[in-house]
Amino acid sequence: MVGSDLLRVRDVDVSIAGRMILNDVNFRIEHGEFTGLIGSNGAGKTTLLRVILGLQNVVRGEVLVHGQPMTRSNKSVGYVPQKVLFEPDLPVRVRDFVALGVDGDRFGFARRSKATNETVDEMLEAVEASAFSTRKIGSLSGGEQQRVLIAHALVSRPELLLLDEPLANLDPGSAQEIIELLHSVVTNQQVALLLSSHEMNPLLPVMDRVIYAANGRIASGTTDEVVRPDVLSALYGHHVDVVRVHGRVLVVAGDHEHGGSNLADHPDLVIE
Amino acid sequence: MTNAWISGTIVAILAAAVGFFVVLRGSAFAAHAIPNGAFAGAAGANLVGVNPLVGLVVFALAAAFGIGVTSRRTRSDVATALALVLMLALGAAFLATSNDYEPAVNALLFGEILGVSSNEILPVALLAALCVMGLLVLYRPLLLSSIAPDLSVAKGVNVALLDVAFLVIVALSSALAVPVVGALLTFSLTIGPPAAARLVSSRPHRALALSVVFSLATLWAAIACSYWTNFPIGFFVGTMSALVYVVVRVVVALTSSVRTHGRVDIAVPNLTL
Amino acid sequence: MRWLFEPGLFANGSVRTALVLGALVAVVSAVVGIFTVLRGQSFAGHALTDVATAGGAAASLAVVSPLFGFIGAGVLGAGAMDAIGVQRVKDRDVATGVVLGAATGLSALFLYLITLSTSTTGSTQSILFGSVFSVEPSTLPDAAVLGLLVLAGLTFIRRPLLMSSISPELAGARGIRVRWVGLGFMVMLAVAVGLSAIVIGSILSTALLIGPPASTLKVASRLSRAVALAGVLGVFATWLGVILAYDSYYWFASRRGLPVSFFVVVLVMLEFVIASAYTRWRRVHVATLRRAPREEDGRS
Repeated sequence: MVGSDLLRVRDVDVSIAGRMILNDVNFRIEHGEFTGLIGSNGAGKTTLLRVILGLQNVVRGEVLVHGQPMTRSNKSVGYVPQKVLFEPDLPVRVRDFVALGVDGDRFGFARRSKATNETVDEMLEAVEASAFSTRKIGSLSGGEQQRVLIAHALVSRPELLLLDEPLANLDPGSAQEIIELLHSVVTNQQVALLLSSHEMNPLLPVMDRVIYAANGRIASGTTDEVVRPDVLSALYGHHVDVVRVHGRVLVVAGDHEHGGSNLADHPDLVIE
Repeated sequence: MTNAWISGTIVAILAAAVGFFVVLRGSAFAAHAIPNGAFAGAAGANLVGVNPLVGLVVFALAAAFGIGVTSRRTRSDVATALALVLMLALGAAFLATSNDYEPAVNALLFGEILGVSSNEILPVALLAALCVMGLLVLYRPLLLSSIAPDLSVAKGVNVALLDVAFLVIVALSSALAVPVVGALLTFSLTIGPPAAARLVSSRPHRALALSVVFSLATLWAAIACSYWTNFPIGFFVGTMSALVYVVVRVVVALTSSVRTHGRVDIAVPNLTL
Repeated sequence: MRWLFEPGLFANGSVRTALVLGALVAVVSAVVGIFTVLRGQSFAGHALTDVATAGGAAASLAVVSPLFGFIGAGVLGAGAMDAIGVQRVKDRDVATGVVLGAATGLSALFLYLITLSTSTTGSTQSILFGSVFSVEPSTLPDAAVLGLLVLAGLTFIRRPLLMSSISPELAGARGIRVRWVGLGFMVMLAVAVGLSAIVIGSILSTALLIGPPASTLKVASRLSRAVALAGVLGVFATWLGVILAYDSYYWFASRRGLPVSFFVVVLVMLEFVIASAYTRWRRVHVATLRRAPREEDGRS
């Protein structure tokens, strides 16, 4: 059972500048799973992703990929950051940037190989970016840049792809397109996905697993297992209701008697 | 010699006030470029037979506007670099065609603290007061646009105009400081001491006050050392400004590492599924 | 073409040296300059020129090879800037400013000591403003080697450098040591500007480092093309500038020419203005051919 885990995060505590950000984080991700890391801003989602990437030290616990401790240059884990600011005059075309996904970390005098170029073409097709492959990357829209970043991460054939709030800066239409794209990537490329978001609903149709983060702690399992009043109340430390309306899930703050004011800064705890 | 102390004090206070914003806004390059441009103006004025001070002011303002305008077309550091080399090239051309003798040029480049005459003190003081008043008027919008540019745009602040207004103030204060500290080193008073102040406190009023303290200390020490050793004042200003920053940085680093070792982290009961 | 090439232009040894060294420096500056502009390190690039000049003045006092002084000082300056902190943009600004202030202050001292120890006037100006006509031809082999080393070094690190310049976060996640790559680049920058400062003077050093790359980045869509075009623009401005400076001796009755730096800077600025105008022209003409409008990035 343990051997089939792609990613195993065990008993992780994270502290930054003296503050405990995450406590006792435990979860597993298996091959080909689509996992959503849900939580409001400040819940520690980016920190957790950085821990998995090996960019953030842990006070306690470990991160294992295929049973081995995670290192910074592990090719099995790819990453799409939330926002990369591309200067408009950056002399890098879309296809050049995606090619950097293969050889961007390599020193040396060698020219780009033909095999790399072919992989780039293939990946551009997969994310439907072939149409603008020769445009300067700084001239694209936010949604288009998002696709290119995904292609850049996928081209080195990782087994797990981490995405930090990929839907945050997109309008609902573009967000839906990206989710469908990611779903097809998971199916066709056999890549496991872990993406963070403060909005759970757009991901409900495609998520295999949810990791719900609040109060420095997480709860992990299927949506039915995790998104329940008893589980979430225990997680938040306050009473919380779960309402299902037209297929959408709403997590609602309980009465003020139980300290509802502390939850004022959680955007998803409000009836929309 | 009293003139030296008076003009030096005025220049130091002005440089500290301007420098507080220069460091906040990341405009160190512009603060370096504008006095250099001013130098070119003095060389040109000399060539034409006009009072060098006029050349200083005109070219300093031209540099400020040039940087402001070109920043629309390209990155601001590129704009500053281009404006700077253009001014320097003009300065070199002026120097080549004139028959300037070296001490005058040296004085403009590296400063001549003993070269300020009594009847220049009053206009210098007035112009300095004007600049400080300008900074006071622009204090709030300048602070906001430096810390939170998007917020200030939302509040209706004309950021472009503010940028140029600030550069004009930098230009005027540079023109005042160049005869005293020299074109090449005017900017160092606007960087080292204010940056050191910011390391100690990030609260604006305190950092501003501390900038003035550090700047005065630096310039007074520089005047004294220059008087005793006969070395150019620019040498002392440049190296002491840097020294102030380094010393404060080291002290702050040492004292803060003592502070963070006393914390206790509280573990929270967990939840597993 | 007779009006351009005044009598004795190519027969003049110092002109020939100027053309060769100038071209070498222009090419190295262009390649380094593209990355300098992309990384937003124009201030550091300029500051290192002045730091190198301080080193030159020190070398003059210590009677050590000037090349060693210029380049050694530059490398020390680059290290000092990195030590103070270059990760965040505002920190970089302060670091550069502090190092520049210290170096310029030292320059003031060295130049003062030089004027005390020698009786030659004009040494301040020649050290500060430099002149490609006054460089010894014997410098050429050393300069060529250093220039080639910088080019080779940049080629070697070009991909991690590009990744770090585009997104330090993404580069870090890929396992690239962003800090070390940045420091390596700064050292190469220091060597390149030290070289150009001693050959063509500090004004031209910055002009050729920033100008042609800035012009090129407006028009090029590929890194290799940007670098090549910047090199061409740089060499063109340098050569024409050298020729015009030589010619200018014959323009005035006083038989005093205008400095090379003046001509080259004017040409570099002209290139920039032309590139800007071309960009605007292209934007207007292509706008009508563009596809349906896409969502706003919040960036104009």
